[in-house]
Amino acid sequence: MNFTLKIWRQRDAHSKGEFKEYKVTDISSDTSFLEMLDILNNDLVHKGEEPVAFDHDCREGICGMCSLHIDGHAHGPSQAVTTCQIYMRQFKDGATITIEPWRSAAFPVIRDLVVNRNAYDQILQAGGYVSVRTNSVPDGNAIPIPQADAEESMDAAACVGCGACAATCKNGSAMLFVAARVSSLAKLPQGRVEGARRAKAMVAKMDELGFGNCTNTGACQAECPKGISIAHIARLNREFLCAKLKD
Amino acid sequence: MAFKLDSKIPAGELAQKWSNHKAAIKVVSPANKRKLDIIVVGTGLGGASAAASLSELGYNVKIFCIQDSPRRAHSIAAQGGINAAKNYQNDNDSVYRLYYDTIKGGDYRAREANVYRLAEVSNLIIDQCVAQGVPFAREYGGLLANRSFGGAQVSRTFYARGQTGQQLLLGAYAALNKEIATGHVTSYTRHEMLDIVLDDKTGEACGIIARNLVTGEIERHGAHAVVIATGGYGNVFFLSTNAMASNGSAAFQCYRKGAGFANPCFTQIHPTCIPVHGTQQSKLTLMSESLRNDGRIWVPKKLEDVEALRKGTLKPSEIAEEDRDYYLERRYPAFGNLVPRDVASRAAKERCDAGYGVNETGLAVFLDFKTAIAVHGKEVIEKRYGNLFDMYKEITDVNPYDEPMQIFPAVHYTMGGIWVDYNLMTTIPGLYAIGEANFSDHGANRLGASALMQGLADGYFVLPYTIGDYLSKKIQAPKVATDTPAFDAAEKAVKEKIAKLLSINGSRSVDDIHRQLGLIMWDNVGMARTKESLEKAIVEIAALRKEFWKDVKVVGTADSFNVELEKALRLADFLELGELMARDALNREESCGGHFRSEHQTAEGEALRHDVEFAYAAVWEYKGMDEAPELTKEDLTYEFTHRAQRNYKD
Repeated sequence: MNFTLKIWRQRDAHSKGEFKEYKVTDISSDTSFLEMLDILNNDLVHKGEEPVAFDHDCREGICGMCSLHIDGHAHGPSQAVTTCQIYMRQFKDGATITIEPWRSAAFPVIRDLVVNRNAYDQILQAGGYVSVRTNSVPDGNAIPIPQADAEESMDAAACVGCGACAATCKNGSAMLFVAARVSSLAKLPQGRVEGARRAKAMVAKMDELGFGNCTNTGACQAECPKGISIAHIARLNREFLCAKLKD
Repeated sequence: MAFKLDSKIPAGELAQKWSNHKAAIKVVSPANKRKLDIIVVGTGLGGASAAASLSELGYNVKIFCIQDSPRRAHSIAAQGGINAAKNYQNDNDSVYRLYYDTIKGGDYRAREANVYRLAEVSNLIIDQCVAQGVPFAREYGGLLANRSFGGAQVSRTFYARGQTGQQLLLGAYAALNKEIATGHVTSYTRHEMLDIVLDDKTGEACGIIARNLVTGEIERHGAHAVVIATGGYGNVFFLSTNAMASNGSAAFQCYRKGAGFANPCFTQIHPTCIPVHGTQQSKLTLMSESLRNDGRIWVPKKLEDVEALRKGTLKPSEIAEEDRDYYLERRYPAFGNLVPRDVASRAAKERCDAGYGVNETGLAVFLDFKTAIAVHGKEVIEKRYGNLFDMYKEITDVNPYDEPMQIFPAVHYTMGGIWVDYNLMTTIPGLYAIGEANFSDHGANRLGASALMQGLADGYFVLPYTIGDYLSKKIQAPKVATDTPAFDAAEKAVKEKIAKLLSINGSRSVDDIHRQLGLIMWDNVGMARTKESLEKAIVEIAALRKEFWKDVKVVGTADSFNVELEKALRLADFLELGELMARDALNREESCGGHFRSEHQTAEGEALRHDVEFAYAAVWEYKGMDEAPELTKEDLTYEFTHRAQRNYKD
């Protein structure tokens, strides 16, 4: 298969970026999207040009490192997969594909398609944990948890922290990301103890870092590679309001 | 000069060793801990849990990771689960049984005391993770659920769907975030350690040289102790299940500076990976071992069926039961499809070598859920493995609910690594190695669901205690200065290496050479090794390494975000590490665990150990890029366990 790629090139955070066009040829339909970019980059290196920088690592959809807006969609045209899980058979032979970095004020571009997502780490540092010390814990089975609650907690915990939600949201809101962590812990007795403090601290940090507000458009849920539901945002709102009411 | 290895195994009964040791080693007072700095390189399960626990104790910790967040480490990709000897299933599990399964699974090439300690602390890990809010699978009564894994006859594996590694890492990462928030942990993301720095006078580890991957700046970081938690080196094979950036370079710098590297040839080839397709592939994808709980592995009995499958004129589901060879159930009735990984991998290779491989390359076997779906119903199977089935379908375009999966072995894990004593300290004082980066607990083969166990055991429950024994001697030491000749020399060497790589401007890309190295490794240092193949590999790798240093093309600059430069630096080390693996494999004239020398097998084709000559850990000392390394042997004495020929038949 052959493709024309329109790729965002930007030298560093301070430079102005622009789209550049590249051709790739003889791509097998079983090749993954990122392998297709590897092939392009290998060609560029042979020509003495600098390759396109993009984030990736595990290439099995779990580390959350890969990103990319592909033809206007976070993680490409498929539902509920990350960019590394897209295969070229999903594109038409001869197609022109547009590839951009995340576009979000809170995720500045580092180079080409690579952005800085440190803001997500900072939000979790504000309260996305249970304050237990190593070894200062009860037996695992001392805390029975209804299976349905554990499953719902796991649904939210599947978030890979890729940033697609905030990059997709027209308000640049990180609510789905924050909600996933708050909701996952809120469904478990271990997480309840600090529930109020956690919700307030993480929301405050999100606001401080320049993420926008949620207006319930649901775009984040549609583009989330892990299919995290906005029902978790409802739970976050409840946690947050209950906490604020007690202030 | 050979190493003087002291494994520091405590005296006493096996079950008392760790308790005795903990009572005997020194501790550091809270006031003194505040004065001591520790660097932890790598933030996977080992690194994150160690850094968080050390910070809780009061030490000042700096963490380094090459990704944009500590949460991305490759531990996150572990699917199936984590072992512990809880005996919640009442199936007669115990610390001893987990110990025994692990040391037997490792083909008696691990230390008894280390493995026993691992089994002993396994239960604490589950408690810890539950308390952190890890959403383990639950039974209807709300209690923790278990599944079975290879190499065990009890059900002791705890899991969170097919994402156990992710959930455990997020637990450790959360603990780390808690400590970053207190200011006791400083996080350096997108930073790569390029050298270890040793004190000029004492030879003790005193810091690292790191490259800021965004700006290219070379930085100096001093500390009273350095912990290497950078995982394994499976990517020497180019195609493996490791993440793309996983590499052996941090460990290799330690080796170059004098740390012993033990059993480098012990590589785990995982039996259930998606087969290689074409030549454009960048990595291989693992299908969790947990699938072997319910999946049955087979190839056709008749060669004409194989041919029809390859031509596409026959679907696997159309082959009748009596025409299927469930070769693991046939050869190993007691364990069936749940034999250890090395055994399952070799059995697949044996069938494919005999011509029964089921895809066009002849390098694939079936993993079939027909029986399980008939017995349990599709819903149950979907609940157990839904995400894995979806993943398989995404990659191959085949629906595993209708047709069996195709699988083939692939490089997955490296049991070898930096030599450490019982305290997890390397041959360099003050330098520690934990998790997959060290060599200690898995012998010649790691059992499924034991990597997560070891990473967290080292990080939460072993290192935080043992490091105090060393640091108790440092309580009078001032902050480590980084303006010393040792740091000057290390920084200069790193900068020269980078300048050299950028100046070659040859004709071959880093990936081209890496692919070639991978093929040499897979063909000659892979699942079956011979004297001839290993000698060939040593010559070919040395030649390829020369070519690399003469003809590699690394574009871009030193002072910018430069992925090609990162890859070139890692490949430079792989080109030495690959040779070291081949030399170790050549030296080890026996078959054990994942190391299979074709010359040494039983009449039935099973691995044949030679305990009299080879019951030792092979510890290698660096002598120079093109020099043969020197071997020192750490004898593995078995006081408590009888070394039997591994038997998974009855």
